[in-house]
Amino acid sequence: MSNSPGTVASLTAADLRPRGGWRFVKSRLMSVLMGAAFLIVVIPIVFVLGSVIQKGAGIVVRDFPAWFTTEIPARSRAVGPGMKGAIIGTLIITAAASAVAIPLGILAAIYLNEYGRTSPFARMVRFLANVMTGVPSIVMGLFIYIVFTISFGLAGIGGALALAALMLPIVIRSCEEMLRLVPGHLREASYALGTTKSRTVLTVVLPSAAPGIVSGCLLAIARAAGETAPLLFTIGAAKIANWSLFEGENTTLSRQIFVNAFEVLPGPQERAWGAALTLMAMTFLFTVVARVVTARQRKKQR
Amino acid sequence: MTTSNTDLSTPDATASLPESISEPAPTAAPPVFELRDLEVYYGSFRAVREVNMQVMAHEITAFIGPSGCGKTTVLRSLNRMNDVVAGARVGGKVLYHGVDLYAPDVSVTEVRHRIGMVFQRPNPFPKSIYDNVAFGPRVNGVKKKSDLDEIVESSLRGAALWDEVKDRLKSSALGMSGGQQQRLCIARAIAVEPEVILMDEPCSALDPIATARIEDLMQEIKGRFTIIIVTHNMQQAARVSDRTAFFTTEVNPESDRRTGVLVEYAATSKIFSAPGDERTEQYVTGRFG
Repeated sequence: MSNSPGTVASLTAADLRPRGGWRFVKSRLMSVLMGAAFLIVVIPIVFVLGSVIQKGAGIVVRDFPAWFTTEIPARSRAVGPGMKGAIIGTLIITAAASAVAIPLGILAAIYLNEYGRTSPFARMVRFLANVMTGVPSIVMGLFIYIVFTISFGLAGIGGALALAALMLPIVIRSCEEMLRLVPGHLREASYALGTTKSRTVLTVVLPSAAPGIVSGCLLAIARAAGETAPLLFTIGAAKIANWSLFEGENTTLSRQIFVNAFEVLPGPQERAWGAALTLMAMTFLFTVVARVVTARQRKKQR
Repeated sequence: MTTSNTDLSTPDATASLPESISEPAPTAAPPVFELRDLEVYYGSFRAVREVNMQVMAHEITAFIGPSGCGKTTVLRSLNRMNDVVAGARVGGKVLYHGVDLYAPDVSVTEVRHRIGMVFQRPNPFPKSIYDNVAFGPRVNGVKKKSDLDEIVESSLRGAALWDEVKDRLKSSALGMSGGQQQRLCIARAIAVEPEVILMDEPCSALDPIATARIEDLMQEIKGRFTIIIVTHNMQQAARVSDRTAFFTTEVNPESDRRTGVLVEYAATSKIFSAPGDERTEQYVTGRFG
């Protein structure tokens, strides 16, 4: 324990002081380096958080209920609150994207890890999922624009599909990774009781991997909620709240940050910061809730 | 390369074993298992060759031998657990009450339902103690709470675990000691009421006291089940088993690969006191392996 030399009276009986100063120096040096690396990473995060809160809190807090309940001002130069349409749009479009991408992604991951494994088809799917992760999000938007928006018009659902295309590879990859972590002996234990493969997947493998799967899906949802590019040509530019996914143009918080930040006047500038803060707070809240739920579930398992 | 599934298992799980085997014939105790020239391959590698033996009902049969001699491989071929291993293939015949386990119309789940297994390391599910034991019965369609309660209690009593856990059935199985976990795995296996329980070195991860309890338990349940145990521990085989099969490895001089062979299979007392083969004698007296 003690690093300070000179405390041991007898050297012959038990000399427990560290031998070789260089090793000690090296260890200290590395600890300091790692601490510094951590600080370097944390500083920008703190500044981003700080400036978003500082500049966004003004409008969100000052016009507390109004910020959430009034429409976005029709004249973009106007000063004052209103993000109702964008908050609703973010919620329903992200929810619809998740409803498409998460079940598909989990099923694909189950296929890849439990059934396909190393078959040529599974390898191809895995490869394509990896490639899809690297596709720029605006390309996803363009793709949906061409196959969907041109024929059906601008609507929330187009944006949801583009976001789903973006989320899908993230969900597949993280879920497959989590399923791979489920120890094989649990599957064997289930088979040895005369259980079919599908039943084993449903009752043993999925529950064991559930916390990790939830994390992966959260990551994908958070990513999708903040995306702007795929929405640019798919959802249009509404200002009035639109509860319908299928009819009429829509808007989201990310979209409003994008539009308002381009305006030089104080009104839209302030709304852009407020939208940024709202989006961050929503993502954070959602993550916390999901974490609490999975933690409770895990406690039940242990 | 195709997986083991396409090699071994039935295309659909709807086929079941013929009716005749559910009722054991009363005449002069026919064998439960009859292995005829059983060979197991992993890919092109032959792990075990030409095993011929009969396993009798309500006896404890021990498989002993040095590492790599194929005793676990043979054990796992008895309830088709090798199907899970990619590239595994079986030659020869495994007859279970006269029915070939590897026949195309045999359902794997039905086989494993009748022939349960306890593994080397305790592997309870990350669920509660109750849910672990109730897992098998639930799979088999037992839904009523009172029926499940009854099965769970009798299985835990059967595994000599009831008194230790009756007050914490709802707590997680992962909080138990290793020995308790292994007895829970035995309780889980007997909850589906199999006819045979295969045990793959069930005590190798346990301390001597927990081992003794498992051995006592085996003696208690052998009237209801037929037990086959793989063990590295010769004293254990001598203590618990009625018959012992000694396996060893043979090195193929051409390929330098090792193949397991069954050297001798006889009453345990004979294997340990008057073995018929020199290799058996050398092994049981500790001169090799």
